[in-house]
Amino acid sequence: MADIAAAPRRRRRRPNLHLLVGGSLLGLFVALAVLGPTLAPYDPMAQDLFATMEPPTAAHWLGADQVGRDILSRIMAGTRYTLSIALASVAAAALIGVALGSIAGHFGGRVDRAVTGFVDLLLTIPNLVLAIAIASAVGSSPTGLTVAIAASFVPSIARLVRSRVLELREEDFVNAAVTIGMSPWRVLARHVLPNAISVIVVETSLLAGQAVLVGSALGFLGLGVQPPAPEWGAMLGASREALEIAPHLVMAPGLAISLLVFAFNTFGDGLRDRFDPNMQQR
Amino acid sequence: MDDVLAIEGLTVELDLSRGRFAAVRDVSLTVGRGEIVALVGESGSGKSMTALAVMRLLPEPPALIAAGAIRFRDKDLASAPEDVLAGIRGDRIGMIFQEPMTSLNPSMRAGPQVAEVLALHKGLDGKAARKRVEELFARVRIPDPARRFDDYPHQMSGGMRQRVMIAMAIACDPDLVVADEPTTALDVTTQAQILDIFRAFRDEDGRSTLLITHDLAVVAETADRVAVMYGGRIVETAPVERLFEAAAHPYTRGLIASIPNPDEDIETRGRLTEIAGAVPALWAMPKGCAFSPRCPRATPRCADEQPSSETIAPGHVVACWNREDAR
Repeated sequence: MADIAAAPRRRRRRPNLHLLVGGSLLGLFVALAVLGPTLAPYDPMAQDLFATMEPPTAAHWLGADQVGRDILSRIMAGTRYTLSIALASVAAAALIGVALGSIAGHFGGRVDRAVTGFVDLLLTIPNLVLAIAIASAVGSSPTGLTVAIAASFVPSIARLVRSRVLELREEDFVNAAVTIGMSPWRVLARHVLPNAISVIVVETSLLAGQAVLVGSALGFLGLGVQPPAPEWGAMLGASREALEIAPHLVMAPGLAISLLVFAFNTFGDGLRDRFDPNMQQR
Repeated sequence: MDDVLAIEGLTVELDLSRGRFAAVRDVSLTVGRGEIVALVGESGSGKSMTALAVMRLLPEPPALIAAGAIRFRDKDLASAPEDVLAGIRGDRIGMIFQEPMTSLNPSMRAGPQVAEVLALHKGLDGKAARKRVEELFARVRIPDPARRFDDYPHQMSGGMRQRVMIAMAIACDPDLVVADEPTTALDVTTQAQILDIFRAFRDEDGRSTLLITHDLAVVAETADRVAVMYGGRIVETAPVERLFEAAAHPYTRGLIASIPNPDEDIETRGRLTEIAGAVPALWAMPKGCAFSPRCPRATPRCADEQPSSETIAPGHVVACWNREDAR
């Protein structure tokens, strides 16, 4: 950790635009996920057949869909599906990935080979195939979708953590911890992982953006939350046939997805700028 | 004097891709209670490996203790199981490393890192641990211990961090401190202060120290007894005054002769003496005395036959066929 040693007493923190923009956008989405259905101007399920496929108007700001449901209300109410699937899958992937990667890197040898082999095996299963397999076995559900996304993210987190732990294993302070009689598990928990936390945080926030995309794509294919629930991917899928006569039907969920991905990615970039000493100069 | 540590015939082999080689050969060494023993040698002489072998910190494999015993508190550390070793490390033997800049966890405050040892071996935590750490900080002469407790390593100088490491090493009041080049990375002023601390440990607490160094100036200032290592073997052991007055091994003589003498006039003192050549590689060790290729007094016998150790004065043991007797 020569960089830290060489740094002045307090590193000067410039206001981080990425962190600010990404963070406030994310905050907005989280608020929507919690309060969405209450704030929505209409019941997201209520059909107003006189407004069928109506383009944006004063009454329906984002228009209405094929059965006259208010799109703005559906987007607002649907935030919780997309966001919770993304967060849950990334959290699960982080938990498993960090455990696998740190054990492989810290203990090395046969353990490392076994874990790395398992992770490589996981890498060969496309998330789409896994999602279909789960859906066909237990039916389409948000849980199945989450498991499929999580499984596809485990390898990248595990590999990242493993390489960081391998680096840290060579550090003097990790060896010093062994010389005071600490058990390997305790060394891992007290001295290795705390120094790997920044790469884990950055990677998971960037993966969360991807999880939104993958989740929406699988939802579009009908593998996750089932209509009529207002999940964005499912909304896209349902509007596909009306694409030519009512393009506003796909615009709204499409934009919502893009905005959420943008929020996660910007936030992740901001975190990286903050944590990664190599990215400081610009 | 009863011995705290007794290394007997220790041989450490390394399993490398080009074969197996002994990096430490038949090393015997004792450290008595309240004694500072220096283990001196140049890079590659096996001194650090010996120190790490005592703590059983060598990566096994590739390293392997092929023969010998490390006696410490009626146990043989050379064959002790890992859980016994973990109980001894940090509690009964404290270790200090060369690099204070990287030996502390950068993401943790200094005090809690020392407190960790106390929690591990003494079950001490919270306020009691903090109080003990502040006492330890004062003992290693860290000014304002209460404030330094909450400093991060990057807020400390190298000398300060080395004091923290020393505080960590003595936290559980160990029987033995193993210090591997503890002052090499520090400037001379700090170096003198750190050596002062080691001497105070010996004089006030009767603590035993195994000091690994390549610096004879450090040895002269600190140690009671000296063992000189070359090519994985101890070539000469002597009390410190005796060594500087009447070194009998040509290698030790060479080392002493290569210390610059500041009292000599710069105009007349001439070129600094050096020992020609370099330490032979592990796989190119001569059959006989490892120093024979560089030795000014070498005879054909030296290259063929390993010299036996002989006691030439009380506590003075030399392994050389053509030793230089006292002038």
